[in-house]
Amino acid sequence: MISLSGMLMTPVLAAGLPVAAINWHSVLFLLFASLASIFAVGVVLADNVVRMALYLVFSLAATAGLFFLAGAEFIGAMQLMIYVGGTLVLLVVGVMLTAQAPFVSIKPSAADRALAGLAGSSLLVVLLAAALSVDSWQRPGLGEVTAPTATPLGMALLGMRVDGPAAGAATGAVANGYLLPFEIVSIHLLVVLVGAAYLARAKRRRTPRSIDAAASAVSVVEGSERVELPAARPPRSGSASALVSGGSK
Amino acid sequence: MNIVSLLSGCCLFATGPLTEPVGVVHYLIVGAILFTAGVVCMALKRNALGVLMGIELVLNGANLNFVAFSSPYLRGPGAATLGLDGQVIALFVILLAAAEAAVALAITLNFYNNHSTVDIDRADDLKG
Amino acid sequence: MAAFLINSVELPEWLAWTITALVAAALILNVIAGGALAFIWAERKIAARIQDRLGPTRTGGRFGWLQSLADGIKLLAKEDLMPDGADGMLFRIAPYVSFCASFCAFIALPFAFDFVGQRLNVGVFFVIAVLGLEVFGVILAGYASASKWSLFGAMREAAQVVSYEVPLGMCVVVPVMLAGSMDLVTIAEKQAGWLTNWYLFHDPFTFVIFWVYVTCAVASVNRAPFDLAEAESELVAGFHTEYSGLRWSFFFMAEYASMFLVSALAAILFMGGWNGPVPLAALAGFSEGTGDTAHYLVRVVGLANLLTKATLGVLFMMWIRWTLPRLRIDQVMTTCLKYCTPIAAAMFAGAMLWQLAFPGGLIPGLARPAGEIREGWLEGPGGQSAPVVVPSVDGTVAKAVR
Repeated sequence: MISLSGMLMTPVLAAGLPVAAINWHSVLFLLFASLASIFAVGVVLADNVVRMALYLVFSLAATAGLFFLAGAEFIGAMQLMIYVGGTLVLLVVGVMLTAQAPFVSIKPSAADRALAGLAGSSLLVVLLAAALSVDSWQRPGLGEVTAPTATPLGMALLGMRVDGPAAGAATGAVANGYLLPFEIVSIHLLVVLVGAAYLARAKRRRTPRSIDAAASAVSVVEGSERVELPAARPPRSGSASALVSGGSK
Repeated sequence: MNIVSLLSGCCLFATGPLTEPVGVVHYLIVGAILFTAGVVCMALKRNALGVLMGIELVLNGANLNFVAFSSPYLRGPGAATLGLDGQVIALFVILLAAAEAAVALAITLNFYNNHSTVDIDRADDLKG
Repeated sequence: MAAFLINSVELPEWLAWTITALVAAALILNVIAGGALAFIWAERKIAARIQDRLGPTRTGGRFGWLQSLADGIKLLAKEDLMPDGADGMLFRIAPYVSFCASFCAFIALPFAFDFVGQRLNVGVFFVIAVLGLEVFGVILAGYASASKWSLFGAMREAAQVVSYEVPLGMCVVVPVMLAGSMDLVTIAEKQAGWLTNWYLFHDPFTFVIFWVYVTCAVASVNRAPFDLAEAESELVAGFHTEYSGLRWSFFFMAEYASMFLVSALAAILFMGGWNGPVPLAALAGFSEGTGDTAHYLVRVVGLANLLTKATLGVLFMMWIRWTLPRLRIDQVMTTCLKYCTPIAAAMFAGAMLWQLAFPGGLIPGLARPAGEIREGWLEGPGGQSAPVVVPSVDGTVAKAVR
């Protein structure tokens, strides 16, 4: 069976002419890089929010492929699991819940788009100039991935650095572990879990809906166009959980 | 960062795109494209979830940069890299982006429940 | 194979490697899809017998061998419908997203010691991550069908799959902890030897974790008592209500591929993978190595072992599908959050403490392969570390693993 690490070929002589062998690492890099870029641009250009979410999924999955090609296998797998498999599922579910017909395509004005295009292109030029400015970044790499990094990464998160001396350290001192940030992020995720669940909870309605609508009509600010809101009632606050549990409320 | 280095940097692939191993700069270019797309998305989209997608793109562009600088395979033998630190930073960025996306989505859902729209241009209650 | 193509057939290198890649991809695709065909026939027969009837008996002989083929031909010939209000691109792309996610996981799944598409250092992690991507196809299908039944089914399935990833991850961490590596090849190689080396029988906590894994895996692939997303009696057909013909068959193939995948994963993580209950190769005097015909034969025997175990897992899933009643969505979420997750966490803690208390196993002197190999990463004099092999507790020869 194929193994990616064995794909660095030696040049093949054909009819006396030296032909450089195809570096499959570069081929795959071009594939993933073009997928990531094209779908990222697709996110910007798409108007339908559901298609934007789909393009974002493909773009981030291609980015995970790029991580694998750079030798960061653990990060690539984390990207797939947490970003694509978690965050984006959340995003797509949120898109589904709010993608009622009037809001699926909200187009900004032409002036806004021109301004954003100008700002975006100038930012891109600045970033590309910065990327191309350092000579040592342009030298070609090794073209294949050899040593795994999952275990040193895990050990670093436990506080033990096993990957050699710190970068630039003349005395051979080993770099710091990452135990404290690891614990802080764990607590942070717990706090975010509780907070997001509280923030998006289903609020219990204590008054019947007609009285609520009348009360909101009375309390509306003068001059805003929200007077017609009682006709187009906001959906139930429990819409998210209602969809999951079968809409029996 | 002068014109000479800019022009010489334009030949990114010396003998052809399919035979030359990639370097750091190729990853930086992809990261720049993702970052710019994300910034334009954040600035342009009126849908709150579109803004959130822009944020995710920005963070991924930054992650690509970190991973590119940390990889010893994108540089020649014996070059100095960020090493494991770059990968750990990228890891934490992914985790925190997930947390931030959860909170942002909760806020968006709350906004939708109260205003029955996700158009952020309508979030002008505190205006004037 | 590429070397053969380059040297003997004198093809240019890029062509040789492309052909090799295509052959490998075609192998995976056709074997799994062909297996799905066989499993569909087996499901109909098993369902029939459990329900005290016969099942297909006409197509292709007395046992209806060709029933799946006839079904496939029928599906190919069906009209390609799309609902009126459906989003065209999303409707069309949804089955392929599901299918690709399901088949991508086979890249990292080893079928024998050398038969792996890409031996990833984070193999287990990658497989679990890619399994969770199948839900995208389902959500897209549910949304793009422009039908409230489809949307309900899709949302329920999304909630179910994403929730069950948590206890699934915790169940999978226990064999990873016991083996000291996330590499699937390493985990299976650690269980070489007799039946007692399997992690299933390593300690009681792992035994319980195996059954929690079975529950979570069945829920993850939306099978058996957890198939609310495609419940025929409740949501018409859930997220694939509006799909017919070849598009529907893609969803079906993705589901059977996922079933096979989680069964193969269970076999590798808990039941020794390609190492049979009896170490035939070791008894016959073979030693580890590559390139010889005898060693190739050992690999093929290992492949047969793994396929047998995975097939038994799939048949077990079919058995419980037709035996147990369907769970409601709130029962599904309760099972995940109130039962599977705490039990998995407690068993993980128990397995960890067991490893601390009995590092060499409960019965010392039991024949174990290559002992306690930890990927000990120590600093070498040059700075860059290298994997260090720690000799085993009972003094057997340590085998260096990556």
